[in-house]
Amino acid sequence: MASPEKCRFAKSHEWVSAEGDKAVVGISDHAQAEITDVVHVELPKPGRKVKAGEACAVVESVKAAFDIYAPVSGEVSEVNGELSKDPSLVNQSPHDKGWFFSIKISDPTEASALMDFSQYQEFLKAAH
Amino acid sequence: MTATTELRRTPFYGIHKAMGARLVDFHGWELPIQFTSILKEHQAVRSRCGVFDVSHMGQILVEGKQALEFLQKINTNDIAKAAPGKAVYSHMLNEKGGVVDDVIVGCYGPGRYLVVVNAGTADKDFRWYQRHAAAFDVRVENQSDLLCMLAIQGPTAVPVVEAITPGSAPLPRFGVLEIELFGQRAFVQRTGYTGEDGFEIIAPNEIAPRLWEEVVSHGRSYGLAPCGLGARDTLRLEAGLLLYGQDIDDEHTPFEANYGWVVKLEKGDFVGKGALERQKREGLKRRLTGVALSESGVPRAGAIVRAGETVLGSLVSATFSPTLQKGIGVGYLDRPELRPGEMISVEIHGRRVAAEVAAVPFYRREA
Repeated sequence: MASPEKCRFAKSHEWVSAEGDKAVVGISDHAQAEITDVVHVELPKPGRKVKAGEACAVVESVKAAFDIYAPVSGEVSEVNGELSKDPSLVNQSPHDKGWFFSIKISDPTEASALMDFSQYQEFLKAAH
Repeated sequence: MTATTELRRTPFYGIHKAMGARLVDFHGWELPIQFTSILKEHQAVRSRCGVFDVSHMGQILVEGKQALEFLQKINTNDIAKAAPGKAVYSHMLNEKGGVVDDVIVGCYGPGRYLVVVNAGTADKDFRWYQRHAAAFDVRVENQSDLLCMLAIQGPTAVPVVEAITPGSAPLPRFGVLEIELFGQRAFVQRTGYTGEDGFEIIAPNEIAPRLWEEVVSHGRSYGLAPCGLGARDTLRLEAGLLLYGQDIDDEHTPFEANYGWVVKLEKGDFVGKGALERQKREGLKRRLTGVALSESGVPRAGAIVRAGETVLGSLVSATFSPTLQKGIGVGYLDRPELRPGEMISVEIHGRRVAAEVAAVPFYRREA
């Protein structure tokens, strides 16, 4: 469980939970509620090198497709295979069972430059 | 939704807004795409029932001694089958055989018809009617701005509608009934756009709020859910029903849309008949064909369909099917002879996803 209070957030609504050089990535509770019914997730292949801000996964609702961007640079180390069996985990458990992938971080300063939980809450309020 | 265009609102707009529905611009109308979730609303209609605000649809009243002759002239289907109390689904064509609109013509008495037309085409249709009506003893009146329309659809729709409009339950499929509702003249039709049993109630705007209230309160014990356009689209696509402007338009004929059953060439002359007869003689070059993904993924309108390396066409409507739990779609493919089961691919996010030709409708309710 990557509790929201301990995560960092990108403006594109991904969360990152970093520990050492490993960062787990998912989408925020706000994002899953906006997307509603997630019916398919396309994940990057492990080993793929990604740059911060690069589109590397796709979330599909009944109505539309949404790009998911790597919040930090590095190499994709693991992906959540459970999402292909049950994409609704993204809705049910966005910060836990609905995680997307993990990245072996190449630049540790990137994660700390993202918003913390309270900044993200402010960001959401300002956007509405 | 853009702030610069003035969107039209139905008499139910305030109710939708207060319920927290997510509203979108649909052909210039501000309508709910979903109240809670497309999947939940879809499921409610397949297993219980749902109510849809379809007031954006147009209604044209056709009356007069030659109303039938006039309607026969501009429709592909045999409107004589719409005896009083009955309705028929039909296409209206241009001279090239392209579809001007798909409509439901209900007969509410001798020489008295209510034609339900699409939102995006109501004005175009009315001009089309006026142009052709000149040659007949007939009065054509656009009532679209005066009337609201609710669709109550699903296996438990009957008791809900019967409670509000007594006498509806015995209506056969495509039966219609004129009634008095809260002191006003209203129309009930056993029609719909979901592939389930159900009704559409057409009533004056003034009684819209009360009508909604009654539907929701009578629907409560039957599991009724307010539904948006999102579920309406997945329900109709599963049921193989056409969306005008997407699946059919002025450039495609009913034969190409695989809707030859709405064309009655033997009934007499009608606009577009010559073009259809010619197409029948020469054979089809393309046909609206069903596609179902064999792998997971969600196809969208515009996706390219291939057989091997050969491009066959692209999808005009596509979605994730909540009932079948897989990607489905329809597209004009230039191999009219394709049969269900043949292997094809659909391009999604630059990747070719395995699929097969599928029978349409994708879903058929148990009788």
